[in-house]
Amino acid sequence: MNARTKTVKRKSLYRSEMWWGFLFIAPPFIGVLVFLLYPLVNSLYMSLTTFSFGQPAEFTGIENYNRALTNDPLVWKTLWNTFYAALGVPIGMIVALIVAMLLDRKLRGRNFFRMLFFLPTICSMVALAMIWQWIFNADFGLLNYYLSVIGLNPPAWLVDEKWAMIAIIIQGIWGGMGVSIILYLAALGNVPSSLYEAATVDGANGWNKFIHITIPGISPVTFFILITSLIGALQDFPRFQLLTGGGPNYSTTTIVYYLYTVAFEYSEMGYASAIAWFIGVIIMLVILINFLLSKRWVHYN
Amino acid sequence: MSTQTTTARKEKTSDVLAKTVVYLLLIAGGIVMAVPFLWMLSTSLKPEGEVFSYPPQWIPSTIAWENYKLIFTDAHMIRGFFNTMIVVIPTLVIGLLVCALSAYAFAKLRFPGRDKLFMTLVGTMVIPGAVMMIPAFIMFKSFGWTDSWKPLIIPGMFGAPMTIFFLRQFIKQLPDELEDAAKIDGMNPFGIFMKIIIPLTKPAIITQGILSFNAGYNDYLGPLIYLNSPEKYTLQLELASFSSYYVTEWTLIMAGAVVALVPTLILFAFAQRFFIEGIALTGIKG
Repeated sequence: MNARTKTVKRKSLYRSEMWWGFLFIAPPFIGVLVFLLYPLVNSLYMSLTTFSFGQPAEFTGIENYNRALTNDPLVWKTLWNTFYAALGVPIGMIVALIVAMLLDRKLRGRNFFRMLFFLPTICSMVALAMIWQWIFNADFGLLNYYLSVIGLNPPAWLVDEKWAMIAIIIQGIWGGMGVSIILYLAALGNVPSSLYEAATVDGANGWNKFIHITIPGISPVTFFILITSLIGALQDFPRFQLLTGGGPNYSTTTIVYYLYTVAFEYSEMGYASAIAWFIGVIIMLVILINFLLSKRWVHYN
Repeated sequence: MSTQTTTARKEKTSDVLAKTVVYLLLIAGGIVMAVPFLWMLSTSLKPEGEVFSYPPQWIPSTIAWENYKLIFTDAHMIRGFFNTMIVVIPTLVIGLLVCALSAYAFAKLRFPGRDKLFMTLVGTMVIPGAVMMIPAFIMFKSFGWTDSWKPLIIPGMFGAPMTIFFLRQFIKQLPDELEDAAKIDGMNPFGIFMKIIIPLTKPAIITQGILSFNAGYNDYLGPLIYLNSPEKYTLQLELASFSSYYVTEWTLIMAGAVVALVPTLILFAFAQRFFIEGIALTGIKG
């Protein structure tokens, strides 16, 4: 009888706990429903119409997709630009790993250096873009002064069609390493030192240890950084808008920047929705390919 | 004995050599990281005529404080700052509370479908923001919310999956004993949350608070899409429109950049640990 009241009590406690639980998790689900799923579904429909503010939308089926894929060279040009810009991801990861390995030891001033490499990560992109515009300035910029001092004939960077993207990639590596360095530092510390000791006993040199112990040991973190950075890079555009305005001649317009232009400058919302879904599918494909490839090079434990 | 000391000495010299190389590389890298900031500061303090001097002058001949005076009178930096606070703070306070509540429910309360619901919520993070930009704008426009702060404030009040994920990890590893004791005393889950969970979760909440404050303070895209009237501009938008207005007046543009970076730098100076721990645990900066 005593046991029975106990179970009844527990059950009612459980039941009330259930309602509290649902109450507590309700806000994020309402948020997801209203601010995510509803617009998402709506945008799928919108992409099949000629929707634009102030005009009645006409249902045109897959016409917008057709236009984006076969009849709009800017979609392909800006997609190419996006992948070109994403070259900064692997380069930045290599630089970040080198810096992390330099910092992964007892060192006076270690925290200071770590802070310095991390600093741009938390700074306003608007302010950083202003600084780099000034540094990349063709005639009076600091960079070109020092390049000409060492005898080079520097390009006009942000206003040169060939060099603008390279300048933006350089800026991105400088500004984006911080997170990767922090993650790599944590990962390097987690590689068991017993592995290195065993390899030393076996007579392995530093390079062999790096290739056979360090690289596989940190591969899950490498994969994590790669995926998150790629997702970010494929959608990046404020940096481009602020540094070059997408020019010269669309050479630094990324596909999301182009999407923004179509939507907010030409206000072709229907067509822009189709481009947005196209970008969404490409991002998903890139992630999927990376997950498939990861089985070959990512080693867990 | 003598061979032993020689090898020891050899190792020591190679150690010293390695350490020197490491330092040289770090110093070179450190210079590359620091120069843009120092150049910004130097330019912002120059009299107008010295900006285009050749070779570049690192130390201004006279310190031109009037650059800073000018950007405060010409540009609406202070208004922009307060607008930013209006946008960031309500979202931050309510959003964090909402996130902590649901993180607690996902970590400790028992209810059917709990883990599946959690995975669903976390799963929504894979939807690319670029896909959401236009439909969200269309929806907010149909609400009559464009050219107002509402689209920047209200969605965040419903919590963010990333923050919930992070806080749940933290709450999950708290011991159950205190909670059980409070349960026996007849405290309801909300009471337990307020009196027991919140105090124990403080470091994680502060970490998330700092990261999302900084992300909100730096947000440029949201205000760019939704705000039209200059008097509603946030600081970042004010800064961007001001720099395109001044085109080549680099002294003023750099002074503006300094002013915009100062709050972040102050926050970072006091809360470096939280920034770095938060990022080391989530890999995401805001």
